[in-house]
Amino acid sequence: MRLKLVIYGVLLVCCVPFVFPIWWMATTSLKPVSEIFAFPPTLLPGSPTMDAYRQVFELQPFGRQYVNSLYIALVVTLGTLAVSALAGYAFARIRFRGAGIVFVIVLSGLLVPVEVTIIPLYKMFDAFGLVDTHWPLILIPMLGAPSVLATFIMRQFFITLPAELEEAGRVDGLGRFGLFWRVCLPLARPAIGAVSIFTFLHSWNLYLEPIVFLSSKQKFTIPQALTQYVDAYGGPMWNTQLAAATLSALPVLIIFVLAQRQFVEGLAQTGLKG
Amino acid sequence: MTLLLEKPVRSAAPDQRPPYWTMRRRDTLAGWLMVAPQLAGIVAFVLVPLGLVVWYSVHEWNVLGGTFEFVGGDNYAALADDQRLGPVLKATGLFSVGLVVLNLSLALFLAVLLNQKLRGTVVFRTLFFSPVVVTLVAWTIVWGFLLQDNGGVNAFLDLFGIDGPNWLRSGGTAMISVIVVQLFKNVGLNMVLFLAALQGVPAELYEAAKIDGASAWARFRRVTVPLISPTILLTMILTIVGSLQVFAQIAVLTQGGPGTSTTVLVYYLYQQAFQFHHFGYGATLSLLLFVIVLVLTVVQWRMRRRWVFHEA
Repeated sequence: MRLKLVIYGVLLVCCVPFVFPIWWMATTSLKPVSEIFAFPPTLLPGSPTMDAYRQVFELQPFGRQYVNSLYIALVVTLGTLAVSALAGYAFARIRFRGAGIVFVIVLSGLLVPVEVTIIPLYKMFDAFGLVDTHWPLILIPMLGAPSVLATFIMRQFFITLPAELEEAGRVDGLGRFGLFWRVCLPLARPAIGAVSIFTFLHSWNLYLEPIVFLSSKQKFTIPQALTQYVDAYGGPMWNTQLAAATLSALPVLIIFVLAQRQFVEGLAQTGLKG
Repeated sequence: MTLLLEKPVRSAAPDQRPPYWTMRRRDTLAGWLMVAPQLAGIVAFVLVPLGLVVWYSVHEWNVLGGTFEFVGGDNYAALADDQRLGPVLKATGLFSVGLVVLNLSLALFLAVLLNQKLRGTVVFRTLFFSPVVVTLVAWTIVWGFLLQDNGGVNAFLDLFGIDGPNWLRSGGTAMISVIVVQLFKNVGLNMVLFLAALQGVPAELYEAAKIDGASAWARFRRVTVPLISPTILLTMILTIVGSLQVFAQIAVLTQGGPGTSTTVLVYYLYQQAFQFHHFGYGATLSLLLFVIVLVLTVVQWRMRRRWVFHEA
């Protein structure tokens, strides 16, 4: 009994650095400027105001930037699902000539982080006139190094399916694509869930690529936009920054809390077992 | 007529000939078609750029003149002479080692706590995991706000009469601050992976160890750690490679300062290439980063045989 209390106590203390910043972000964004550095700090805004939220949209085309982030993340997620499910299925279930060498080539993507190739990638997209467009933010994650992990997760899942499944499908006259589409993919829900979550968050958080590739505010994504709320002296406008940060974080947080079982268990079961 | 009869009689039915599209050929075609997008992507966005990095590293752009000229080993000579490279590699190493050690220990510690048969652990699991889904730059900005001289962290320390430093602006504390911000952001991921691994450890083993009179610590060392060692190795590789890629946190919190105390390799190569337009030198730094990732991954993979416990 006493041990239980000790464990709960330790867990509660451990929670502080995880939960408090999120609480602080949301409450500070509702405080008037005079209250932000009040001492002692207040856990709740004394006289809540939406001024900061108004400024978020006045100083930048934040709605537009929000839509940019959202549509890029969705396109990348759907694209990655298609690419990784097809490739993962082929590596797991089809014995074809050249599969081994192709698999090694694809796995090499795990050893080459985007940061290593960012300079030539910039020059390549520049040569095609695609700098300051969203193409690099879509194509690189969807087809480049970040997609390899997704393919790997899909492959690990498809390997676990019993051979009888496909044999039964064959008897029903299904070809390779039929087996993939009708038999295996519908069973891959856990892997699809894990890949979607990973990919969406990865795209949503991208920072290096946007600041390298994008220069016009209309095209910015959220992470880049967040750092642009500065006053005339270049100092951060805290309540505005935190309001924009809250807007970017809360929807994802709410979805996570509602679907946390799928999140956590999906991640745990991705066959990430060495 | 006789001519016809001299020919061997072949059945006219087409299905007697072996069809060209055998099962094997169909599978090969399907396999190649299915991996084609991924393969094309890796060639176009990983292998070609990697080749170009090598190519660029023996050239230098002159931004003003717009020329691109062959300079041989000059960039590599510059790398060897670069006074800032030592501190940059030291910062990179400090960040990686600090983050990996703290992350894996805290993740395992929290996973063990949550693995006790207690009520409400799902709530705690959700809370520890929640920073993972907060936008990275948003999380970073909040901590930047909290870690100011007059920010929340020092206000909290003030309650106990401790006069906290200006965390992000003083050389001694900037690095540990950046590490801690990153630690709380992502430790939930490894915690969940450890939790899944712990739940796969058979209870009989603990029972047997208990009967043999093993203490709690001995049970942890001799039963838990060996059985979850594959997960420890995997999280270690992922965390190390992830720690070498850290960029946004540095750019937002410290811009590599104070001095160059938090200038890690990726931030340094970004500065060289995209702020000073030394693309050739930046490419040389990229190659250095690639070699570091490669060596660390291979070394850990080798360790696997000696260190990871496999059930016979």
